Amino acid sequence: MTEDAKKLIIEYVKKEYLDEDSDQVVTEDTKLISSGIVDSFSMVSLKMFLEKKFKIKIPDEKATPEAFDSVNDIVTLLREFTPL
Amino acid sequence: MAYAEKARSHYSNELTLIKEAGLFKEERYIKSPQMAKIKVEFPAGAPSKEVLNFCANNYLGLSSHPEVVEAAHKGLDSHGYGMSSVRFICGTQDIHRELEAKLSEFLETEDTVLFPSCMEANAGLFEVSLDKDDAMISDRLVHASIVDGMRLSKAQLYNYKHLNMDHLEEKLQETQSCRLRMIITDGVFSMDGDIAPLEKICDLADKYDAMVTVDDSHSTGFLGKHGKGTHEHCGVLGRIDAITTTLGKALGGAAGGCISGRKEIVELCRQRARPYLFSNTVPPVVIAASIKVIELISKSTDRRNKLEENTKYFREKMTQAGLDIRPGVHPIVPVMLYNAKLAQNVARDLYEEGIYAVGFFFPVVPQGQARIRIQISADHEREHLDKAVAAFTKVGGKYNILGKKKDEVIALYGM
Repeated sequence: MTEDAKKLIIEYVKKEYLDEDSDQVVTEDTKLISSGIVDSFSMVSLKMFLEKKFKIKIPDEKATPEAFDSVNDIVTLLREFTPL
Repeated sequence: MAYAEKARSHYSNELTLIKEAGLFKEERYIKSPQMAKIKVEFPAGAPSKEVLNFCANNYLGLSSHPEVVEAAHKGLDSHGYGMSSVRFICGTQDIHRELEAKLSEFLETEDTVLFPSCMEANAGLFEVSLDKDDAMISDRLVHASIVDGMRLSKAQLYNYKHLNMDHLEEKLQETQSCRLRMIITDGVFSMDGDIAPLEKICDLADKYDAMVTVDDSHSTGFLGKHGKGTHEHCGVLGRIDAITTTLGKALGGAAGGCISGRKEIVELCRQRARPYLFSNTVPPVVIAASIKVIELISKSTDRRNKLEENTKYFREKMTQAGLDIRPGVHPIVPVMLYNAKLAQNVARDLYEEGIYAVGFFFPVVPQGQARIRIQISADHEREHLDKAVAAFTKVGGKYNILGKKKDEVIALYGM
């Protein structure tokens, strides 16, 4: 289940944030925010995607750049709201 | 004492962190009016140095234009220095309304409301015009003032990949159930000088019943055949619902901004936009000079045409010299260096050669896209442009980057 969630998020990040011709590799450890792949302004799409996909509500104070900085970080956050 | 050691040490630590991250900004003191050739004291205490300015938003060279300065003097005499009031109490003079009417006529919009700056126009617009049942769909690289303005609004926020119309369409499909939707973009993006495809954006807006807002701060006065801005350049005059723009760049460069567009949106901003309601009125002297600016650029496109020719010439010469510039037609010319340290070094060496330009790097631009942003002006003469190209050629040779492609520069200096 966790692996499925990771795969789903990686696919979303690639589709939502990378250009089609990008050669950027995204793994579960890839830094998303601090590397600039996802800026703090664009993070809102990712939050909305997670909320819709996993049928949860992530409070704004939990949706920090640190909590969203890698797929692994995101999965850790998700576990607070849903059993993966 | 309220300002305790605890507070002092907290702020000092913050400043140290900024310095350690290489993000501390040092201001240079300019000891002359803003124009192509300026006198600069840098670092503080150093003797003044005369340099050519390639980093001002003075696109039309009107910041110190004699007729603009004269109009400012006359405005000072006829309408005084300050108004000591917000607009709706006792801060609206005849000339404020006159300028708003002239801006509407120039931009070909229904109505206009002035703000103390475009930053404040952007801070007011979205909170007033959209609510929680509505959606804001913005390009990801919009100006920081739009990002801040959108954060003040209760409307749902969506954004699309920079200039990517397929992605915008996906977002429009995703938000079909919202009451009102507004597509939000810069007309010209300030770091790359790239132009939003407004015709396609307006077509999508029509198809999906959405409105369009454009921040045209880097285009008003010179883009398009008559200099009206990106909406003229893209052939969509009359199709933009709200234009936010500034008087602080091409239009004299002093201060002030506005929202110009559908009369109901403009009136609602006049009634409810907090930065408008709670800020002092734009000073009469700025208004009087801005009226003159609109008159000058409505009467003749000479300055706009010269800027276009200067830009074309400079872009061609820089490319011939082997510099890696982002292609385009805008007077913002990004000279790509990719590495932050290299950008800083090149800017420093250019200054030694008498060319004032600034390096931009992460987080202002994405990681690995450091550059020097050159801004061309109608105030530049051919000899100024040649001097800048010669300086870039000399400095570029020193760092062995002439004729080098992106990968080669990164191989030499890293990202």
